Amino acid sequence: MPQTISLTVNGKPVTAEVEGRTLLVQLLRDQLGLTGTHVGCDTAQCGACVVHVDGQSVKSCNLLAVQAEGAEVRTIEGVATGDELHPMQAAFRDHHGLQCGFCTPGMVMSALDLVKNNPDPDEAEIRDWLDGNLCRCTGYQNIVKAIRAGAQAMRG
Amino acid sequence: MYEFAYHRPATIDEAVAALEAAGDGKLLAGGQTLIPTLKQRLAAPTDLIDLGAIPDLKGIRAEGSRILVGAGATHAEIANAADIRDRIPALADLAGGIGDPQVRNRGTIGGAIANNDPAADYPAALLALGATVRTNKREIAGDDFFTGLFETALEPAEIVTAVAFPVPEAAAYASFRNPASGYPIAGVMVARGPAGTRVAITGAGPCAFRSAEMESALAATFSADALADIAIPADGLNADIHASAAYRAHLVGVMARRAVAACG
Repeated sequence: MPQTISLTVNGKPVTAEVEGRTLLVQLLRDQLGLTGTHVGCDTAQCGACVVHVDGQSVKSCNLLAVQAEGAEVRTIEGVATGDELHPMQAAFRDHHGLQCGFCTPGMVMSALDLVKNNPDPDEAEIRDWLDGNLCRCTGYQNIVKAIRAGAQAMRG
Repeated sequence: MYEFAYHRPATIDEAVAALEAAGDGKLLAGGQTLIPTLKQRLAAPTDLIDLGAIPDLKGIRAEGSRILVGAGATHAEIANAADIRDRIPALADLAGGIGDPQVRNRGTIGGAIANNDPAADYPAALLALGATVRTNKREIAGDDFFTGLFETALEPAEIVTAVAFPVPEAAAYASFRNPASGYPIAGVMVARGPAGTRVAITGAGPCAFRSAEMESALAATFSADALADIAIPADGLNADIHASAAYRAHLVGVMARRAVAACG
């Protein structure tokens, strides 16, 4: 049964018609064209779908769009400022923290949530935090380095 | 998943009304178990009643010698709450080990205990700490709440509103986690407090349970050595691709001794 929801996505108000069963990731990708958020596993394991809802990282394949009614949603498309990469994004580039890039938006969104409450995470804390983000390419080493560097750059 | 009618009540009474009016309604808490279940078509409710907008279900606060945890409190909130880290750190540790950070930002204690997955962590804490479950209708002792595989004492249209945890003298949780999912193959919470000396086991059987033998041994001498010769029977324990019943029985002993040692 279709219903209309209103939310904010990357700072802009959005109104959309969704079904009860529409997932948040489906709203973002299929209706809003924000395809930076990826569906890797569809079973809430891999983290390629991680976005922020009301400031917290969540798996968008594991939330209904209707649950985001009235919420502030931030996706990877909302991280850079115009053409200028966010320090966390720049760190992934500089430290070769990606190969195919499929997991990367989820990694960046997850990292931003980590750093919000823990501005100087050590390697163990980063690896622990990435429990919900899987990468098939890199073996994680450069992802961890990128997050360390990104956190440091964010501290200024 | 199949379509359903979605409701977002603002109060517990509204939620109960929606549930009772539904043909085959289900409550949505954090959704971290229910949404995957719906995606796999293992459930097809006619109505989904979202508890996420009900303020009365949220919050964590001290209530005398107990900590009252709202059913809608997330695992992340429980892991980080000052009251819990200071007074029941074993519960904070347990909550902080559930799933992953994103799951912990959404999953709730109310949803977890109402579902009573055999590999849920919280049931061990409710049993070991002698917690009380509050619902919209009554209070249910933790000991009476978990009744079987995915079964609880909750009646139809009965909603968990909070869990009251007595503050223990000492408690610790040790879990042998499945490396992929983080679920306990065997998880044991040991506690010494107002509810006595208790050993509660989850992940190993169809439902969380206590070990009377381990409890007597620890009541006499509270040390890991006191459990050295106690073997949990493998009979009735879970056997699957992750572990045999015999291995789970062995792990229960190891985790129990680690939990006792961690109590200090």
